[in-house]
Amino acid sequence: MDLTQLALSLKYFIPEMVLTGFIVVAILYDLFLKPETSHRVGFVAIAGLVVTLGMLYQQQGIPATGIFANMFALDGFATFFKWVVAIGAALAIWMSLDTKELENRRVGEYHILILILVLGMFLLVSATHIISIYLSLEMVSIMSYLLAGYLKENSRSNEASVKYVIYGAFSSGIMLYGLSLLYGLTGTGYISEIQAQLVLGQVSPVMLVLVTVLLLAGFGYKISAVPFHFWTPDVYEGAPTPITAFLSVAPKAAGFAVLIRFFNVALSQGDPNTPSWLALPGLDWPMIIAVLSAITMTVGNVLAIQQNNIKRLLAYSSIAHAGYMLMGVVVADQTGIAAILYYAGVYMLMNLGAFFVAIQIKNIYNTETIADYAGLGFKAPWIGIAMAVFLFALTGLPPTAGFVAKFYLFRALVQFGDGFLWLAMFGLLNGVVSLFYYMRILKAMYFDKMEIPEKLTAVPLHFNVLMFILVVPLLVGWMFGDPLSIWAAEAVQFFF
Amino acid sequence: MHALSSYLILSALLFSLGLYTVITRKNAVAILMGIELILNAANVNFIAFSKFVTHHVEGHLMAVFIIMLAAAEAAVALAIILNLYNDHGNINVDEANALKR
Repeated sequence: MDLTQLALSLKYFIPEMVLTGFIVVAILYDLFLKPETSHRVGFVAIAGLVVTLGMLYQQQGIPATGIFANMFALDGFATFFKWVVAIGAALAIWMSLDTKELENRRVGEYHILILILVLGMFLLVSATHIISIYLSLEMVSIMSYLLAGYLKENSRSNEASVKYVIYGAFSSGIMLYGLSLLYGLTGTGYISEIQAQLVLGQVSPVMLVLVTVLLLAGFGYKISAVPFHFWTPDVYEGAPTPITAFLSVAPKAAGFAVLIRFFNVALSQGDPNTPSWLALPGLDWPMIIAVLSAITMTVGNVLAIQQNNIKRLLAYSSIAHAGYMLMGVVVADQTGIAAILYYAGVYMLMNLGAFFVAIQIKNIYNTETIADYAGLGFKAPWIGIAMAVFLFALTGLPPTAGFVAKFYLFRALVQFGDGFLWLAMFGLLNGVVSLFYYMRILKAMYFDKMEIPEKLTAVPLHFNVLMFILVVPLLVGWMFGDPLSIWAAEAVQFFF
Repeated sequence: MHALSSYLILSALLFSLGLYTVITRKNAVAILMGIELILNAANVNFIAFSKFVTHHVEGHLMAVFIIMLAAAEAAVALAIILNLYNDHGNINVDEANALKR
């Protein structure tokens, strides 16, 4: 662990260093801007993310390596999630450029905070030591609290950030206590060495279950799984809409990344780079996660039915989607993880898209209530069609990539064995429930009487371009040999 | 081994007190203090394990990182609570309920 070794790690850390460089540039550039021109920092941020993606592309093909004394890993799994996070951030910054919510205020810090959040998620998806997991999780969380409360004079935004910071700090504190017990039980902080200690079978199963439950508090809060989901609707409703869109995809994907890495490396026996592996004896975590998944999707879908605010409805729907993705975690083999990776990529597009339509409608008509969407399908036909595509994808109906993503998840679960058929049935029933509330939005848009007086402002051209970018991959992305699924299958490669 | 278990009992007590504070208090700053208790319970664990089990400096380093992180988190949380005070004139979290359906 001497200095030369650390210096050698730097060449595997180029995307993160480039991103850090752009954060510094953005902070300095912001100093020279007046409040009314501070949105230009957003262009620097998008440029930084594009360059970072280029550097990530350069890293393709490097075999899985541990960097910085194995505190972090560079492997296919981490790289896949870094792509999802960075693309999601670039799209979210694009959405922020013309939002009415952020008008007439200084937004330089806003874009800088998003970039720091991306850096935190880059570290989180590659962390392989308990302290690097905890520190990067907190880096993501603290930036999220600030962004949720960015509209300082808006009491709803403040309330969202207060709830977020209290729930977040509380559950990550509980997770930290679990990590400290795990450190004592195994005598090491590296998750692969933790596995080596745990398979010896000297740790009592009761302690192991206790530690797992404590850890799930932290992970579950990040992915908004059910007993830890209470913050989600309030934060999503109160935060600025582009931030809600971003929080619902990127930190959730990163949370899944760290959850999968931890459970499949530390709490399994066998190498996760083989086709399938087993859970630790005495700790049936697939069953714990399966129950969590069933409860999460049911609560999310059932509570979504009675929502009238679009952001709140999409918040509950994002809880339900966390439940669907947990179905893949139950499957301890490579098809299950590949299915989650695919789902995370598709979910990023479709959920950002649905929130993007909500942003545009709020810009034009200044409403978040679903009843006010009446007649929009004819008044703004392009927005209507795009919303239909996003909602079809979220429900999981063909011919969208959302259907393919759900299909992969269910296939992985059914192929895994008969033990979890009940969970697949639960998932199917939940799909039917979700159809009801997603279609309620479409019904309002196409079948209800028009109540909105007239169009107030036009949609800027670059917003239509962005909508096109979001819709097209959902419609045709799964054709032509489905490149995303090939990449997802290749990306199941852990540093071990 | 006797020394280790006394430290573990101390940390378990701290953790329980923190949990109790977070659940029962309405004052946002008091909740924050409960969270600090939980973090420090983990710190005591890390240092005790590091001294008696692993005999390695790793646990001490983790504790230093956690202290630093707790400071950062408290700074952000206090700024956010200040915003709550500006809205409501107090820091009672029960009064922040505008977003309930």
